[in-house]
Amino acid sequence: MGVFFLNSSIGRKFVMSITGAALVLFLTFHSIMNIFVIISPEIYDSICHFLGANWYALIGTIGLALLVVIHIGFALMLTIQNRRARGKDAYQVTARPNGVDWASQNMFVLGVIILGFLCMHLYQFWSKMQLVELIGKINGEEIHVAGSVVVQHLFQSPVYCVLYIIWITALWFHLTHGIWSSMQTLGMSNNVWLPRIKCISEIYATIICLLFVAIPIYYLIVNLIS
Amino acid sequence: MEKSINITLKVWRQRGPKALGKFETYQLNNVSTDSSFLEMMDQLNEQLIADRKEPVVFDHDCREGICGMCSLYINGHPHGPDEDITTCQLHMRKFKDGDVITIEPWRSHGFPVIRDLMVDRSAFDKIIQAGGYVSVNTGGAPDANATPIAKPIADLAMDAASCIGCGACVAACKNGSAMLFVSAKVSQLALLPQGKVEAMARAKAMVAKMDELGFGNCTNTGACEAECPKNVSISNIARLNREFLSAKFKD
Repeated sequence: MGVFFLNSSIGRKFVMSITGAALVLFLTFHSIMNIFVIISPEIYDSICHFLGANWYALIGTIGLALLVVIHIGFALMLTIQNRRARGKDAYQVTARPNGVDWASQNMFVLGVIILGFLCMHLYQFWSKMQLVELIGKINGEEIHVAGSVVVQHLFQSPVYCVLYIIWITALWFHLTHGIWSSMQTLGMSNNVWLPRIKCISEIYATIICLLFVAIPIYYLIVNLIS
Repeated sequence: MEKSINITLKVWRQRGPKALGKFETYQLNNVSTDSSFLEMMDQLNEQLIADRKEPVVFDHDCREGICGMCSLYINGHPHGPDEDITTCQLHMRKFKDGDVITIEPWRSHGFPVIRDLMVDRSAFDKIIQAGGYVSVNTGGAPDANATPIAKPIADLAMDAASCIGCGACVAACKNGSAMLFVSAKVSQLALLPQGKVEAMARAKAMVAKMDELGFGNCTNTGACEAECPKNVSISNIARLNREFLSAKFKD
């Protein structure tokens, strides 16, 4: 049974959908925690401390990294196979039919954009927060980074605010297709539920992305006023 | 009102499966807007024969939209710009005087070109042979009311069975995936009590054959449903995913 994850098309799509859905769950928590940096920096810092150099946060981080690697690995494999299945001659004239979302045909490109910004994001935040605390722990020191200060410092630059807004927009496109697509792959839709899960996934993606994008927009406006 | 138009055709010409293909441009005058697209192709071929040139090879049979034989990728759409019809049901009144019409074959790894616009769709037959059937014991004909089927289920099965196997789904899919076809063929049987017996083996066998023949992985773009001449729904794909995954997890 095990190999069907690799050697059947539905199996490979199953892996994509499960890892994708798990990442959506992570994004949900991430976006809710983020919003506290505006509401109350104290609560935000205590969340940062809670998810710092602790064994459970570490296991979570490793699990998350694994999910990302599997999701990207399978995306690469599927994209290469699908390009081959398209045949050697490309169509000269192509048109996107009515009812086909732009995002659904550009998931790989969107994924690459998201990954690029993710590297920047990890360097700007993760390496200055959890990683610093981890290295400190290994050296026997107890370091607590005030997450809210790191965030406020970075978003003083309007360039980074705009970059993050672009990133979240790409993420929104990726999610609007990704969420319902994962449910479709798991076989959770029928004639009645297909339009419903499409609608739910758009709303869900919009809520997550609004929570994320609120932070750079907030700092952009605050810095403009002051 | 009958009217005639002059059009320019860009047609894909390819001598054989291994040969390099290219587009040829033809000018065709006096095409009646009442003629069907395939009648226009016939007119083109008559003109080519009169000019002592090779006629264009294309698939066609019943010319009433039920056999699934006609194909053609017209101006970026399988079966042309009109919706829910096959190429043979497409009429020249959908085009304007002076239009340039680009005609290409289905392009997919699973459907190699035989010649010009004709492609080899026997891969679909192989998928059907892998499991698209029901096994019934011979003997006296069963009583008509012996196996009751609820109307909504019968309707769903009938909708799935409306697939004519033309391959427009594969042609439209950016991944060259045959999932809409396979899911329709699995659904029309899996929904009915007669097909439930072999449902698991069927889903596994047909998906395995589909993968083996080099069709791509479905990414739920929905282009297949949008271009399907019979409007077969992608909810069939969800049903196939369900059937396949539950069969694999029971193993």
